[in-house]
Amino acid sequence: MNEKEIEVLEIIEHNGRQSIDTIAKMIDLSVEETAEIIKHLEDKKVIVEYAAVIDWAKVEGDSTIKAMIDVKVTPKREVGFDEIARRIYRYDEVKSVYLMSGAYDLSVTVEGKSMAQVAQFVSEKLSTLDSVLSTTTHFIMKQYKHDGTIFDEGDSDKRIVVSP
Amino acid sequence: MSDRFLSKTASDLEPSGIRRFFDLAASMEGVISLGVGEPDFTTSWKIREASILSLEEGYTSYTANPGIPELRQEIAYYYASKYNTAYDPLEEVLVTVGASQAIDLAIRAIVNPGDEVIVVRPSFVSYLPVVQLVGGVPVPVDTTDVTHFIPTVEQIEAAITERTKAILICSPNNPTGTVMDKKSLADLAELCVAHDLVVISDEIYSELSYDEPHTSIASLDGMKERTIIINGFSKGFAMTGWRLGFALGPEAIVQAMLKIHQYTTMCASTTAQYGALEALRNGWDDVVHMKKSYQRRRNYIVRSFEEIGLPCHKPGGAFYAFPSIRPTGLSSVEFAEALLNEEKVAVVPGNVFGPSGEGHIRCSYASSMDHLQEAIRRMERFVSSYLASSQEEASEAVSTKP
Ligand SMILES: Cc1ncc(COP(=O)(O)O)c(C=O)c1O
Repeated sequence: MNEKEIEVLEIIEHNGRQSIDTIAKMIDLSVEETAEIIKHLEDKKVIVEYAAVIDWAKVEGDSTIKAMIDVKVTPKREVGFDEIARRIYRYDEVKSVYLMSGAYDLSVTVEGKSMAQVAQFVSEKLSTLDSVLSTTTHFIMKQYKHDGTIFDEGDSDKRIVVSP
Repeated sequence: MSDRFLSKTASDLEPSGIRRFFDLAASMEGVISLGVGEPDFTTSWKIREASILSLEEGYTSYTANPGIPELRQEIAYYYASKYNTAYDPLEEVLVTVGASQAIDLAIRAIVNPGDEVIVVRPSFVSYLPVVQLVGGVPVPVDTTDVTHFIPTVEQIEAAITERTKAILICSPNNPTGTVMDKKSLADLAELCVAHDLVVISDEIYSELSYDEPHTSIASLDGMKERTIIINGFSKGFAMTGWRLGFALGPEAIVQAMLKIHQYTTMCASTTAQYGALEALRNGWDDVVHMKKSYQRRRNYIVRSFEEIGLPCHKPGGAFYAFPSIRPTGLSSVEFAEALLNEEKVAVVPGNVFGPSGEGHIRCSYASSMDHLQEAIRRMERFVSSYLASSQEEASEAVSTKP
């Protein structure tokens, strides 16, 4: 990966809607060169998706419940943790799956319309999978910071309008 | 009127042109400001935290006059490791209230009434007044965009007289963003050695040098014994409100500065010094991150200015672009005032940095990309209307010719 490619990634990771024209100026290349870099990164699936970070807590009537579930599993010969991870991530309710070091094996984020729905998913779907030994469910109560973005309140600009 | 109470020095002093413009801009709502001479980052949390901890631990008394020894040690280490110049932390390093105080002390320590100090312009607004306050005579050397605002040896040499004591330089520069390359610094150094001059080198923007590593003139042959380095935490570490700077220089000069500092200020803020200590020890990742971000914004704004018809040399450092506004036919004050009134974008007219700044505006790009993009949209609208009318005028002038 060259320096300009990394710069493009840093810029659009922060703002996926930045125009190619602006990105081109920021990294000091032509629009054509920049478009080519972006296309290349998309083709290689380095850029996987353009997504927005949304504070759903601000959306009235939204009742999405999120939980993080620590899952202990017995890894299988040959396929290790991959097989069970795949079985888990295919459920629509599951938003993320990470293999962890430490006290448990998989960290699974689940979303549902209510606590009951999430609880049901965990008890009926997740816990009953063959290799799952145990689950510990933590409901998320408030989101302060996600992927480097602070949800609380932006640091407002406290500078005076003109200074030396 | 109580003007009669004023000292002659105080009443002779010109109010800063920035100040006047600030009052105008501050009275308006919804202004996007490119007029800000300070980072848009808040000081990194670890630095703020270190200061809070120092308060919790009860560090609330005076420090040693020249600053806490650990901080002087770190400052000396910073210059030794970055520039390969060794300073004695006990005798040759002084912690000050901002770079501003360091500049004042440097001038007071070396200038006798009547002594001349060469100041390269366009320059930071405080240089001339500070020289005048001690009865010195500032001798401006005016540079233009033809030389990317770098003074030529001939220009400097022509300004030197028997009374010349020192030359004040600033690289990277406020307001032009110009970085003096190694060759021009070497030429200048040679001149200073030949004429036995002191150099006051304002390196407050040293960490914000984008295209090449910053060179301190003190690191060049024969210069350490005649250079007073001015630096601080305001810009690189985003700590303007902390009021913490420092000076490095020959022992005799630094000790003279210390005497003045001791009688006028005692010492810099204790709390700020503990924050600064953390900055030098553990704050470098943040400096790199901020610098990268400024660099992209510089690239963006310089190319955008060129596109909307304001020629702009690519500044190598600091966070200012200094585009020419001559194509609009307006003076820098007219441009800045009309832009503020019509489009609510605040910039600083170039002439407040000296007459050689006329025809330019200072635009700080220490502002979010969103703000910069909006500012450019507004400026494009503004500039295109003036470009159109100045072209019309030109063609009318042609067509009315007999
Ligand atoms: C060239 C230059 N020197 C010195 C200063 C003052 O810095 P400080 O905040 O450390 O006093 C500034 C601030 O704008 C500056 O631009």
